[in-house]
Amino acid sequence: MSFAGALPSTYWRTRSALPGFGLSLGLTVFYLSTIVLIPLAALIIRPWELGWSGFVAEVTAPRVFAALKLSFGAAAIAAVLNTFFGLIVAWALVRYRFPLKRLVDALVDLPFALPTAVAGIALSSLYAPNGWLGAPLMSLGIKAAYTPLGIVIALTFIGLPFVVRTLQPVLSDLSRDHEEAAATLGASRFQTFRRVVFPALLPALITGAALAFARAVGEYGSVIFIAGNLPMRSEIAPLLIIIKLEEFDYAGAASIGVVMLGVSFLMLFALNGVQSYTAARR
Amino acid sequence: MSDIALPFRPRGATQEHPVARVALVGAAAVFVVLFLLLPLITVFAEALKDGISAAIAAITEPDALSAIKLTLIAAGIAVPLNVTFGLSASWAISKFDFRGKSFLVTLVDLPFSVSPVVSGLVYVLIFGMQGWLGPYLRDNDIKIIFALPGIVLATTFVTFPFVARELIPLMQAQGTEEEQAALTLGAGGIATFWYVTMPNIRWGLLYGVLLCNARAMGEFGAVSVVSGHIRGLTNTMPLQVETLYNAPGEYSAAFAVSSLLALLGFVTLMLKNFLEWRHGDELAALRGK
Repeated sequence: MSFAGALPSTYWRTRSALPGFGLSLGLTVFYLSTIVLIPLAALIIRPWELGWSGFVAEVTAPRVFAALKLSFGAAAIAAVLNTFFGLIVAWALVRYRFPLKRLVDALVDLPFALPTAVAGIALSSLYAPNGWLGAPLMSLGIKAAYTPLGIVIALTFIGLPFVVRTLQPVLSDLSRDHEEAAATLGASRFQTFRRVVFPALLPALITGAALAFARAVGEYGSVIFIAGNLPMRSEIAPLLIIIKLEEFDYAGAASIGVVMLGVSFLMLFALNGVQSYTAARR
Repeated sequence: MSDIALPFRPRGATQEHPVARVALVGAAAVFVVLFLLLPLITVFAEALKDGISAAIAAITEPDALSAIKLTLIAAGIAVPLNVTFGLSASWAISKFDFRGKSFLVTLVDLPFSVSPVVSGLVYVLIFGMQGWLGPYLRDNDIKIIFALPGIVLATTFVTFPFVARELIPLMQAQGTEEEQAALTLGAGGIATFWYVTMPNIRWGLLYGVLLCNARAMGEFGAVSVVSGHIRGLTNTMPLQVETLYNAPGEYSAAFAVSSLLALLGFVTLMLKNFLEWRHGDELAALRGK
């Protein structure tokens, strides 16, 4: 900043000639606190009226534990599926030219743009035993809707754009020089991919998978219609929060919420770790 | 280079075998069509199954109209709030240097990593019957949960970061030189913001508003927790979809209301792509984030 030298700097900020710092920062902090921070504090404080042992008993109760296990497990499977298919879609979009490519590219964002409840009833109608995809699957003996498999399908739908949109810029910035060198040295195309391209893509793959996972763990709208919602079997954690709220068990609902929030934060920190690690290696 | 006619086109060293290439494109296309396009088509197919007049009747029925109105009101309050906040946060964060800036950016992004249901839950814990302020609100006959204020709060929470996170990288990339020049030439703070900063960020702002609005109108989980699901009163469009879907004999009506929301999503996608194509250079700072 060219004015920085002319103006004295306080210990916590560099002076600037531009106006409105106090106003804009004040408004930002006030609004952030009102809408986000104070309500989240209410969530974090609430379970402690049960005490530590009460909190642990709450989240390890069989029904709650089963729901948490299902939410995290299905989200993990969906993240793995998305990493695999997302890599193929991103690869095709960046490396090849094919008809209707723009349309395919635009469609990737659909799960962001389509309201989750709409996606939910559409998926459940598609995969229902008499649906367009459910009927053929049924004749193969696979029941998709109203089972944990249905949950994985919905979470895969919701997570795909995270992987593709994280990979695309990295893949198109990837220099071809290394691939050419590998080919010159006699590597087959697959060896080149496995040993040269894949390691370069790995941080982006991990980031995309983590984003998809984080979104899938908390997802409610697109899952709830296809899930079946049987306690212990196909009941996801967010649904259990709503059930506890309807029973006025605020502390119980908040306990589940805190576990989900805690895992999201851990993912966020791990992600920042991956990103600063790769940034440091460049 | 060579004029020799080859019986085949030689494959470059960094290209896949044609069969592999076709297989990869095919797999990508099949996956996108099955997983993304088919659900979208299903919505419209199911909505029109009983004919277009039945679909229109389902949309213009009083409860559906009140849901549409409530959705428009909630988004109409939440989006301007988040635009004001987004402009203010990105001005403070991108134009000034201060301690704790990166922490502030992390906090701005926070609502994205919170489950929608938890986003609604936090307000119930404060304003609900057994929440912190519950008894006070009941004694003074103020309704927040199961009423419009709760719906607006939950919608604002989930759409909180959209505008700010589009504008921050954009304004950071633009620096402060133009604003400093305007100030040196005697423009006031507001004139500088309006005539210098705004023209530079208008497409990024529109982009953020577009995504913010789509999410605000389509939010389900967070609003579901605070609304109370009263038909014709506190049902937004996505909640009305759920109510209809679970009601016997209103399957097609659920998809008719859904088709309106799907149309909103579709238009948002088209506009977003148009902005990326037409104003891609100005939005370049947004790419790769």
